[in-house]
Amino acid sequence: MNSIIQFASKLIRGQAAGTDAVHKFHGGVHPDGQKQQSTSAPIRKLAIPEKLILPLRQHVGYIPKIKVQVGERVLKGQMLAEAEGTLSAAIHAPTSGTVTAIGEEIIPHPSGLPDMCITLAPDGLDEWTALHPVDWRNTDKKTLVANLRSSGIVGLGGATFPTHIKVRADGRTGIHTLVINAAECEPYITCDDMLMRERADEIVKGMEIVKFLLGAENCIVGIEDNKPEATSAMTEACKALPGTSVKVVPTLYPSGDARRLIHLVLGMEIPHDKRSTDVGVQVFNVATVLAIYRYFAYGEPAVDRIVTITGSVNSPQNFEVLFGTPLQALIDAADGTKPGTTHFIMGGPMMGFDLPTIDVPITKAANCIIAATPDLFAPPPPAMPCIRCARCADACPVNLQPQELYWFSKSDNFEKARDYNLFDCIECGCCTYVCPSNIPLVQYYRYAKSEIIAADKAKEAADLARERNEFRLARIEREKMERAQKHAERAAAGKAESAKTADAVKSDGVKAEATKTEEAQAAPAKPATETPVAATNADDAKKAAIAAAIERAKALKAASQSGESQKKPATADTADNSTPAQAAPSQATEQAEAGQTKVDQASAEQAKKDKQALIAAAIERAKAQKLAAAQAGIAPKNVENTSPFVKAEISEIDAIREKARQAVKAQDSDPEA
Amino acid sequence: MNRSPYITNAPTVSIIMLKVLLALIPGIFAYVWIYGGGILVTLSLATLTALVSEAALLKLRQRPIRPYLSDLSAVVTAWLLALALPPLAPWWLVVVGTLFAIVIAKQLYGGLGYNPFNPAMVGYAALLISFPIIMTKWPAPLLLAQTKLGFMDQLQFIFSNSLPANVKIDAVTSATPLDYLKTQLMLKHEVHGITQAPIFGHWGAKGGELVTAAYLLGGLYLLQQRIISWHLPTAFLGALAAMSLAFYTLDPAHFANPLFHLMSGASMLCAFFIITDPISGPTTPRGKLYFAAGVGILTYLIRVYGGYPDGVAFAVLLMNMCVPLIDAHTQPRVFGHIKN
Repeated sequence: MNSIIQFASKLIRGQAAGTDAVHKFHGGVHPDGQKQQSTSAPIRKLAIPEKLILPLRQHVGYIPKIKVQVGERVLKGQMLAEAEGTLSAAIHAPTSGTVTAIGEEIIPHPSGLPDMCITLAPDGLDEWTALHPVDWRNTDKKTLVANLRSSGIVGLGGATFPTHIKVRADGRTGIHTLVINAAECEPYITCDDMLMRERADEIVKGMEIVKFLLGAENCIVGIEDNKPEATSAMTEACKALPGTSVKVVPTLYPSGDARRLIHLVLGMEIPHDKRSTDVGVQVFNVATVLAIYRYFAYGEPAVDRIVTITGSVNSPQNFEVLFGTPLQALIDAADGTKPGTTHFIMGGPMMGFDLPTIDVPITKAANCIIAATPDLFAPPPPAMPCIRCARCADACPVNLQPQELYWFSKSDNFEKARDYNLFDCIECGCCTYVCPSNIPLVQYYRYAKSEIIAADKAKEAADLARERNEFRLARIEREKMERAQKHAERAAAGKAESAKTADAVKSDGVKAEATKTEEAQAAPAKPATETPVAATNADDAKKAAIAAAIERAKALKAASQSGESQKKPATADTADNSTPAQAAPSQATEQAEAGQTKVDQASAEQAKKDKQALIAAAIERAKAQKLAAAQAGIAPKNVENTSPFVKAEISEIDAIREKARQAVKAQDSDPEA
Repeated sequence: MNRSPYITNAPTVSIIMLKVLLALIPGIFAYVWIYGGGILVTLSLATLTALVSEAALLKLRQRPIRPYLSDLSAVVTAWLLALALPPLAPWWLVVVGTLFAIVIAKQLYGGLGYNPFNPAMVGYAALLISFPIIMTKWPAPLLLAQTKLGFMDQLQFIFSNSLPANVKIDAVTSATPLDYLKTQLMLKHEVHGITQAPIFGHWGAKGGELVTAAYLLGGLYLLQQRIISWHLPTAFLGALAAMSLAFYTLDPAHFANPLFHLMSGASMLCAFFIITDPISGPTTPRGKLYFAAGVGILTYLIRVYGGYPDGVAFAVLLMNMCVPLIDAHTQPRVFGHIKN
């Protein structure tokens, strides 16, 4: 017993004291590396192929805007498509040539669906466009980041998150540590390994730039201990950059997952609902860092990457491949496939996917292509029932309970699946890897996630429709009340003034008030005691309406002080043609119309004064509305011709949509290397 | 379609079950040595019944027969039940118990992976309640018996319930130490005196403790092979030891020492082979500790205060009922879910 306690305390002390200690994460698996095949030969540059197919969607985010036309000659490095929106990346011509087509082609995506691509016929000259290296040390960070936006560089570890977003120097978060992801934990893939062996100096120069951009003091390179050559090359190169260290982490899949790597090298656990940047850490892949260096030092945008071609090919190795190169060219360069090759996998065997066809181009995400045979990747035997052995739970690097998630996903009990943190699953495949019953667990989680997301979207749409309907019903009800009230008032007034002639001052045609017919009724015997009815909908719209009403009332009061007639404005929205209330004209509107036809009996001078006051009030109101709209965050779009109620509705819906957009964005864009 | 991962490295269910069977071999050897070859007949009979009834039920349920028979889970259930029964149990008892375990406790609940209760223990409990006299009549270990039955005699006894002409039933059977201790304590004897009886060995039952030790050996093999996790045997044996130690310390005259409890009855079989059934047990590490400790505590209480000499079967079944609750309340902290 004593020895156990001693052993335990030694363990704890060892972790706390040693600065070089690696903080292991829960679970993980040890798949056979299969890396030696593709590391025997140095990186080779692949010749320019006959055509290049450049999908617009090679990154996470919005597709870029095409800047070229079919038939146009482009130079190497020329921007073909420009980043559009914040989360987007540009596409550049990987070599000089002619744009031969812009249209749909099959892209390397699990869906196998075609997507928009620019096809380029290289002219073989490989002529660069004018390049603009940047003296980054003496340039404003904002400018650098803006430059990076047009570099086309995305996370080359496979996540393809636009890089410029990760270095945004807005001073919002203080990044203290830059972690370089060189773990490369997936079997077969060796592109980062080879890159570090051969270009460690350039990588470190890139690290210097990223460190500068982020304002990070420390930089840690995390490398798995199955890459001794890369480790020594990086250790040597890192001597040139103070505050940098190389940390060797044990070979344990998925150590290359950003959150796992941060835990390994720093002992920090990133909260599940936060990003690493929230706690001052940013992760970059080695290849990305190198691309950044080349962009600033030579002005070269992202036009190529290192790709591992391995598996059932005759010469497995790494190539420097231009984006858009057809897969066939890469296979030919690797001396073709061995007999028995059935298909190709993009990525590693743990998280990769089957390429739908051989006719796909190499994209920014393509770190590895594996020629697959049934021998290498045997089709799984039929799944047996789960025996609850919990090996999956032991292997889960997130410490989830995969057997429970499987149970809930299988029975479509999605709420429970969510409760058991389904969305923390990183789909690393460790659970499937260790399952004795051969259950394709990850597929169940992918299914459950997509179902939940789809249901959430449907619910959001339904909520929106329901809210709109509620608005509509409330408005109909309110208008009915208003009409009834007006009718009653009018009847009372009519009785009291049967002898007198009613004055009706009508004003219309005010520029900013085109939306509304303002009815000003003269009620000399009865001073206006009521404030105008305000919109009761969205807060901002309500505020706007109230402010406008007060302004209006003030103006009217001022105007009426000189004259004997007091004006009582009423907000009857007659412009909203979509409401059923309008379709069925009521007594009140009929009366209003009748009022319009009445001869204005007030003196011309008085009428003019009234009109001026009303114009002033209308202008005030428009201003107030505009202000409220600005506060609500909606641009004054094409809503001028609608009533305040519709405006309120629109602003409310916009707010909801914006919220939903934010939520979706937050989920989609996890900027991890 | 995204169907990664493409590679797996896991022992199949069949391999896991095979290793469990392998781990039982030392125990079976010891059993044969102590009680004679009759247990082999019981084991065969149970295995045959299990396979036939499983196949029949799979056919009735229109499930594929071959993959489910070859997973060996029915054989494991049969062996565990057979080893829990008295060594010279009549053939029909073995058949009825196995049928109950496979048909009622396993297949009617949905087969492999869906049974909430340990099938072997359900079968055992059903027999214990239905046939209490036969179930508690154990043959004396060979080295103690006045008359030693040969293999053929045992075979004859199992199938026709008849003994050789000159042998009386009392000559070949005796109470188990747990049973004997219980009855003697009721007769106001003290533990120290009771354990002087010849049926007691160094720690537990004379002879029986060897079988128990062999189970422990098999259990250590399963631990080494990572077929079972350390949580279950540790918590079970720990709880059983803690309970017996507490009572023993308070009143050594009326409560047996912890070692006796650990080495008697089905303690080791339970610790390494019965509560380690993953299907009817909890899945979380903490849940496993609670579950096994619960079985340990209940086993002790039933042994000391209950109506049966050993309490393993009922303790396991009672704790099986708590598994969903235990699992729900022992979910481990997910990475990144930091409590403040």
